[in-house]
Amino acid sequence: MINLTINGKAISVPEGTTILEAARKAGINIPTLCYLKDINSIGACRVCVVEVKGARNLVASCVYPVSEGMEVITNSKRVIESRKTTVELILSDHEKKCLSCIRSQNCELQKLSKELGCDEEHYQGESNNFNLDLSTPYLVRDNNKCILCRRCVAACRDYQSVSVIGANSRGFDTHIGTFFNKDLDAVPCVACGQCINVCPTGALRERDEIDDVMDAINDPKKYVVMVSAPAVRVAIGEEFGYPVGTNTQGKMVAAMKALGADDVFDVNMTADLTIMEEGFEFLNRVKNGGVLPMLTSCSPAWIKFVEHFYPELIPNLSTCKSPQQMFGAVIKTYYAEKKGIDPKDMVVVSVMPCTAKKFEKGRPNQSAAGVPDIDYVLTTRELARMIKREGIMYRELEDKDFDTPLGIGSSAGLIFGTSGGVMEAALRTVREVLENKSFDKLDFKEVRGIEGIKEATYNIAGIDVKVAVASGLSNARKLMDKIKSGEADYHFIEIMSCPGGCVNGGGQPIRTAEERNTMNIPGLRAKAIYDTDKSAKLRKSHENPVVKELYENYFGEPNSHKAHEILHTKYQKREKV
Amino acid sequence: MSKIKLTKVPFSGTAKQEKELRDKLATIKKMDGALMPALQAAQDIYGYLPAEVQQIISEELDISLEEIFGVATFYSQFSLNPKGNIEISICMGTACYVKGSGEVLDKFKEILKIDAGDCTADGKYGLVATRCIGCCGLAPVLTVNDKVYGKVTVSDVEKIIEENS
Repeated sequence: MINLTINGKAISVPEGTTILEAARKAGINIPTLCYLKDINSIGACRVCVVEVKGARNLVASCVYPVSEGMEVITNSKRVIESRKTTVELILSDHEKKCLSCIRSQNCELQKLSKELGCDEEHYQGESNNFNLDLSTPYLVRDNNKCILCRRCVAACRDYQSVSVIGANSRGFDTHIGTFFNKDLDAVPCVACGQCINVCPTGALRERDEIDDVMDAINDPKKYVVMVSAPAVRVAIGEEFGYPVGTNTQGKMVAAMKALGADDVFDVNMTADLTIMEEGFEFLNRVKNGGVLPMLTSCSPAWIKFVEHFYPELIPNLSTCKSPQQMFGAVIKTYYAEKKGIDPKDMVVVSVMPCTAKKFEKGRPNQSAAGVPDIDYVLTTRELARMIKREGIMYRELEDKDFDTPLGIGSSAGLIFGTSGGVMEAALRTVREVLENKSFDKLDFKEVRGIEGIKEATYNIAGIDVKVAVASGLSNARKLMDKIKSGEADYHFIEIMSCPGGCVNGGGQPIRTAEERNTMNIPGLRAKAIYDTDKSAKLRKSHENPVVKELYENYFGEPNSHKAHEILHTKYQKREKV
Repeated sequence: MSKIKLTKVPFSGTAKQEKELRDKLATIKKMDGALMPALQAAQDIYGYLPAEVQQIISEELDISLEEIFGVATFYSQFSLNPKGNIEISICMGTACYVKGSGEVLDKFKEILKIDAGDCTADGKYGLVATRCIGCCGLAPVLTVNDKVYGKVTVSDVEKIIEENS
């Protein structure tokens, strides 16, 4: 242990601890800007500087390790003045349109500026003027608000091993950009949106579809159906002041109804349908010597990742559409027929924890009824903004249930929202179908948790089924490399693009670096999902009455010809460059 | 977005150049911090670092294209644009400038239809605005490859291009 004092307070910490971490243990907060726990500690922004006795200059506490007898001062006049100057210099080349900025009141730069008492016009001079990158349907890149902290660069490179953005040029000209500054749609960006979630300012944000959705709701000729994904209900409450990890499903449904949707359904239902289709696809592959391991296909950024970086593994991907796309397809075929509405007059809005879903809806082979399965995708954040804009008092709403007939989902569908959930839901069903009996113990705990890669072997009907679960694309890459080299002999692999799964998706409420330091945000949201699952009555996909009705009266059986036409899709090789 | 000036000259690398680069990279990639020497080797071979060459480096070193581009645009020793076979460098030092080298440069730009720092689409002429080259007595001065022209006027420009065609 190393002994030191911080602001006169004695503390012992393990060797290798940084001053920043040591200070937090001593109950002293040092402000940071470029630092993000576990992902970015480069000492670039100089906001976290402190005085160390004997050192000539102030040191960056996020990268400076403690040493025996060290005396640290975190709040001297010199330190505070230095931080203030640093932030004022950053502000001198920052587009200060704070009033209309999407991150206003949730901006780490704004908060620092206020806390340090900065004058945003102290330094005036030349400022950069960048065009927005609006080339993709999911993301806006606005370098005028970028402060060059490089958190997005670290997320893209280290979480996701995609590495399509980085710092280009030098000095005042430095900017975050792509290879040869191409538009984002011309490089292998996978649309995961993790860069948005780590951005301290408004430089990265989703492409907003709120106005389009309101236009559809206000159009009396349109029948608007809203559906929401499993992970949205355990996160949207955060936008209205609920603690991280609160399931506010009832209020969320009530809010969507208050917004004016004709029907509000639960994507848990098509998660169940996915289990039937994907489960039977897996059984077919095992029985008929099909391509193994089978890879899940729910996560659209993962699909795009395979298409760019592992096209030779496309045959391993399940051909199942994602639950979002399946829902749109079921609404515009089965439900449209049942209601006698022309699918062209239907508008399906899905609310997703995800930015890649905005890309997915425009993919080819996603139009079961001849019109796109999904019309608009709102992120969790957009739904929250829309609710606020429309004056709906979320916390005061009385809880409501999803509508019938498509609003029933099992909690096996619900756990899709967290890493390991698809695997567990599939195992619950596959085991009962193959062994032809009902089990009481439904937990497959080995595949749960926020570790990057999880492996397990289950004996099902006398066969040892080897499974793996990965979240975060750098972990997925490790697994794919093992498959390619022949080192791995799994049967079934679940991949979610975002670390921890959809609970930590690129469309979820943004939590600041300070909050990420002290809380396990994906873990808390996942806990809310598993808590709900534990007490749920319907915990198996194949027992969902809606799913049963769909097979009895519409699709016939899983993987039938009709199911293939409506619920399955194709993939394409994409360029790596 | 970009403040990075990019050439319109099409890439004309040969199979021989590619082999030379890949051979060199086979050794370089075993080193720690291989990217800088890799970029230097590539620039030695091609004279500049076009996208196609950065792609070869990316494949061989297993480093993402953006990371390579970031380094290539950070250091002024690396160029994204080719040099012309005939490099015309006009001195923009104080003495030359007050004696009218700015107008001389403008005339070259007008005739060759390129900016300073560019080269013509056929790769023949390159135009550079240089810092003081140390012979202010000849101001305004320019060099064409190794040949020096002194006391140049706007009306000499056409003749200089012709002489070096």
